[in-house]
Amino acid sequence: MHETMVAESLLAAISAEAAKQNAKPVSAKISCGMLNAINDEVLCFAFEAIAQGTVCEGLKLEVEHKPMQGRCKKCDEFFDFEVNHPICKKCGSEDFELLPDAPLLLEEIELETE
Amino acid sequence: MSKRVTIGKKILSANEEYALKNRQFLAEQKKLCLNMISSPGSGKTTILTRTISELKDKIKIGVIEGDIQTDLDAERIRATAAPAVQINTNGACHLSAAQVSGALEKLPVRNLDLIFIENVGNLVCPSAFELGESSKIVVLSVAEGDDKPAKYPAIFAKSKVLLINKIDLLEAVGQVDFDIERVKADARKLNKGIEIFPISAKTGAGFGDWCKWLKREVEDLD
Repeated sequence: MHETMVAESLLAAISAEAAKQNAKPVSAKISCGMLNAINDEVLCFAFEAIAQGTVCEGLKLEVEHKPMQGRCKKCDEFFDFEVNHPICKKCGSEDFELLPDAPLLLEEIELETE
Repeated sequence: MSKRVTIGKKILSANEEYALKNRQFLAEQKKLCLNMISSPGSGKTTILTRTISELKDKIKIGVIEGDIQTDLDAERIRATAAPAVQINTNGACHLSAAQVSGALEKLPVRNLDLIFIENVGNLVCPSAFELGESSKIVVLSVAEGDDKPAKYPAIFAKSKVLLINKIDLLEAVGQVDFDIERVKADARKLNKGIEIFPISAKTGAGFGDWCKWLKREVEDLD
């Protein structure tokens, strides 16, 4: 549900960059972590709705989900935390700490040029 | 023709700036701040009113209440004589750090030891918005079912404490299917260090350990 707020923030950031480059944005790539709780369909729908009539109308959004990283307290291995199988990938220990989640990032914009 | 431009900009950076500001303010003031997250109806406000009453001679507590509409919850907190500030999100499913920043200015923070933020009832969206809190606390009530840590893992993975509320319902034999050991095991699988307190805000069961933990956390800040 909070995707609308994310979409608004995204629209502002992409529009600002488009104005700076004086070009129309056609696609954008964003990345997020698990705690950002982003549902791609909801975000794309919200973005499409609020982008109407702006320079971002018709823009294609691509969302990359980054796994949360764990650090094993037994063998020190860093690994991708899997919700359905939360153990160290190397030694199988269940004793680990979770590292900070990946932030919500606007990674890249594709702009149309003449 | 088209060209790709690398941006690398945080999208919710405005929220993060406020969260950082709140965190710095609370650290300077040496105040503990706990962000309580749960589904609607898990008993957050009742847990708070009982916690305030049980600790009234030991810890001074203030509350920031988040709801979509009404100040009913802040009224319930004020009835205990503790200060409370209500935030109405008018439809938004989570509190933002900017709203909390405004609420902190209205609370008599200097005179408090502990500030609870009661987030909008929702197990998903509030986990995406840092508020500047010291820790997150997740509340799960018996009536919601024992599969919630498995279904909504993010908030259980990132919380320091799990309060399992309404345990008085476990005695209603045959009425509630809730395997408390499953909840504990599922939560610990995601988060080995999570503190788990089974409580009943209605009967007061389990409040001894929960309040002892709170007192220790507050003392550790000094």
